[in-house]
Amino acid sequence: MEKTQNNKAWFLVLPVLVIVAFSAVIPLMTVVNYSVNDTFGENEFFWNGLGWFEDMITSDRMHDALGRQVLFSAIILAIEVPLGIFIALNMPKKGFWASFCLVLMALPLLIPFNVVGTIWQIFGRVDIGLLGHGLAAIGIDYNYTSDALDAWITIIVMDVWHWTSLVALLCYAGLQSIPQAYYQAAKIDQASRWSVFRFIELPKMAGVLLIAVLLRFMDSFMIYTEPFVVTGGGPGNSTTFLSIDLVKMAVGQFDLGPAAAFSLMYFLVILLVSWVFYTVMTTIDKAETK
Amino acid sequence: MAKITLSKLAHSYAPNPTAEPDYALKEMDHVWQDGGAYALLGSSGCGKTTLLNIISGIVRPSHGRVLFDDVDVTNQETAARNIAQVFQFPVVYDTMTVRENLSFPLRNRGMDAAYIAGRVNQIAQMIGMEQVLNRKARGLTADAKQKISLGRGMVREDVNAILFDEPLTVIDPHMKWELRTQLKQLHRQFGHTMIYVTHDQTEALTFADKVVVMYDGRVVQMGTPEELFETPAHTFVGYFIGSPGMNLLEASVIGSRAHLQGAEIALDAAYEPITGRTQIGIRPEYCTLTDGAGLPVTLRRVEDVGRHRIIRADLFGQPINIIAPEGMAIGADMTRVTFARGKVNVYADDWRIAGKAA
Repeated sequence: MEKTQNNKAWFLVLPVLVIVAFSAVIPLMTVVNYSVNDTFGENEFFWNGLGWFEDMITSDRMHDALGRQVLFSAIILAIEVPLGIFIALNMPKKGFWASFCLVLMALPLLIPFNVVGTIWQIFGRVDIGLLGHGLAAIGIDYNYTSDALDAWITIIVMDVWHWTSLVALLCYAGLQSIPQAYYQAAKIDQASRWSVFRFIELPKMAGVLLIAVLLRFMDSFMIYTEPFVVTGGGPGNSTTFLSIDLVKMAVGQFDLGPAAAFSLMYFLVILLVSWVFYTVMTTIDKAETK
Repeated sequence: MAKITLSKLAHSYAPNPTAEPDYALKEMDHVWQDGGAYALLGSSGCGKTTLLNIISGIVRPSHGRVLFDDVDVTNQETAARNIAQVFQFPVVYDTMTVRENLSFPLRNRGMDAAYIAGRVNQIAQMIGMEQVLNRKARGLTADAKQKISLGRGMVREDVNAILFDEPLTVIDPHMKWELRTQLKQLHRQFGHTMIYVTHDQTEALTFADKVVVMYDGRVVQMGTPEELFETPAHTFVGYFIGSPGMNLLEASVIGSRAHLQGAEIALDAAYEPITGRTQIGIRPEYCTLTDGAGLPVTLRRVEDVGRHRIIRADLFGQPINIIAPEGMAIGADMTRVTFARGKVNVYADDWRIAGKAA
C-alpha cells in the first residue's frame, strides 16, 4: 500500500509552539535584546553590540562567582552521588521498612526551596537555632553569618540534606530492577562485595546515575533560593553564586545589559556542560556494547 | 564431583509447619550418584526449584540434611559448597569481556594466572566461543550469554555438581537442541554430577540418565526414562510422561484379573486384595484398535500427528487414548480395543502396586 504524504498533521504542533514561544522563546529573545543594548532609563535604548559580553567575560566579579559556582557544584556532586549510592545500597529491599524509608527519603524533596532555606537559616543561628546554639554550647566557634567557611559548610550540608534523596531514590530504583539470580550467581562465583558492586550493581545503575548526575549538576549550578535565604550571598561575597550575583546585578543595580549578556553566557555554559556530560556517558555506554 | 545425599530432607516456608500441606517439600531420602545426569521434572509449583535451591544452598531446609560425599553441607553457604548453577535466564557480567566472565570464578579463588588462561581457552573451545573471547558480554545474543553462564559453571574443575534451573527457557527452539546436545557431550567428557530442572519432558528424557519426577512437593519416581515409561510409580508420572499420557481406568482387581464394568482383563501378576481407589493404567502405545476381540469402545475422534494417529475414544464411559500406526485403515467396524500383555499397571490411591508373578 502506498503511504499518503500528509503534512497537515504538523498544524497539530502549533498550539504547543505558541505556548513554548510565550513561555521560553520570547522571554529569551527579550534577554538577547537587552544584552546588545544600553540604556539610561526612560525606556530609551542604544545599540551596544557585543560590548556587554566583552565586559562580562573580562570581569573579575564574574570570574569569582563562576569559580565559587564550579567549586560548589563539584563538592555537591562529589558528596551526593557516592552518598546517594551508599544509602540506596543499604535501604531495605522490601517490606514495611522499605516503604518507610522511601517516604522518609522523599520528604526533603517535597519541601519548597525557600522553606528549606528558612529552616536552615534558623537551625544554624547561634542565638536560637538548635544546630548553631548546640555547636556553640560544646565549644565550637560556628557562625555562618561572619565566617565564610562556616557559611559554605552550612550551605553544602543543607544541599546534601535536601537533594541526596533524589540520587538515592534513583539508584534504589536501578537496584530494584536487578534480578535475584545475579546475586546468587555472584555468590557461587565467590565474588567479593566490591565485585558485586563493581560488576553487577554499578552497571545496572549506570543509566539512572547518569540522570542523577545531570540533574544534580544542573540544579546545583543554578542554585539560588536556598543560599539567598540562608546567607544572602555573604559573608562578603563568599557565597555569592552565579545566580545570586545575576539577580544582584539585574534587579539590585538595574544593570540590564550586563546582566542579560551574563545570563546568556550562563545559560550556554550549563547547556554545554550538560551536553558534554551526556555525550561522554552515552559514548562510554556504546563503546562497552561493542 | 560428588555424591549427593538428601537425608530426611523436608522444607516448609511456614515458620511452624504442622500438617503435611504446610510443606513445600515432603520428607525424602535419596542418594544421587557421583557423575550422574539427573533431571528434575515436574509441573510448576511442585517444589523442584525449592529442592534445587536447597542443594545449591540458596535455601536452607527446615528439616533434614544435605550431604556431599558424606560431608554435611546443610549449613554451608553457597560459595562454600563449590557448586555451579546456570539460571533460567542468562546471568553474565555485562561490562566484562567473555574472557573475563569465564575467568571470574577462578580469579576470585586466587588461581594462578597461567592456569586460568589455559583453562579459559579450553572452556571457550568447548562452548565454541573462542572467536568472541575479547568481546564485551553485553552485546551478545541470549543463547551466547547462556553459553557463557554454562562455561562459567564448568570452568572450575573441582565443582561438586552443576545445577541447571530451566536453562533453555529463553533460547530459540533450534538452539535448544544444539545446547542440549552440547550439555550431554560435556557431561560425557567431564563426568560432573549434573542436575537439570525442567518442566519439559523431552528435555528431561533426552538429557538425563535418571529422571526424578516431582509432584506436589514429593519425589514420586526416580528412574531411567524407560522405567518411567513402562512402570510409572504414580499416576502423575503416567499422565505427565508420554504424549498423550497413560490411560487410567477405574476398575476393581481381584487376584490376577481386573474387572471393568463386567468385562475382564487378564493381568500378568496376582494382587492382594486392594483397598482404596483402584485404577489400571495402560499406555496408549500398548492399546490396539481391532475389529475382533477385545473390549468395546466408542470412537470420538482421530488426530493425525504425523508419525502416528491418536484415537480418542470412550471405554465404558471412561476416556481412553489409543495410538494407531500410520497407514492403518480405521474402518467403521474397528470398535474394540485390546491391551498388550504385561503392560497393564495397577494403582491404588494413585500409587502403583506390584503384584506377585502369577
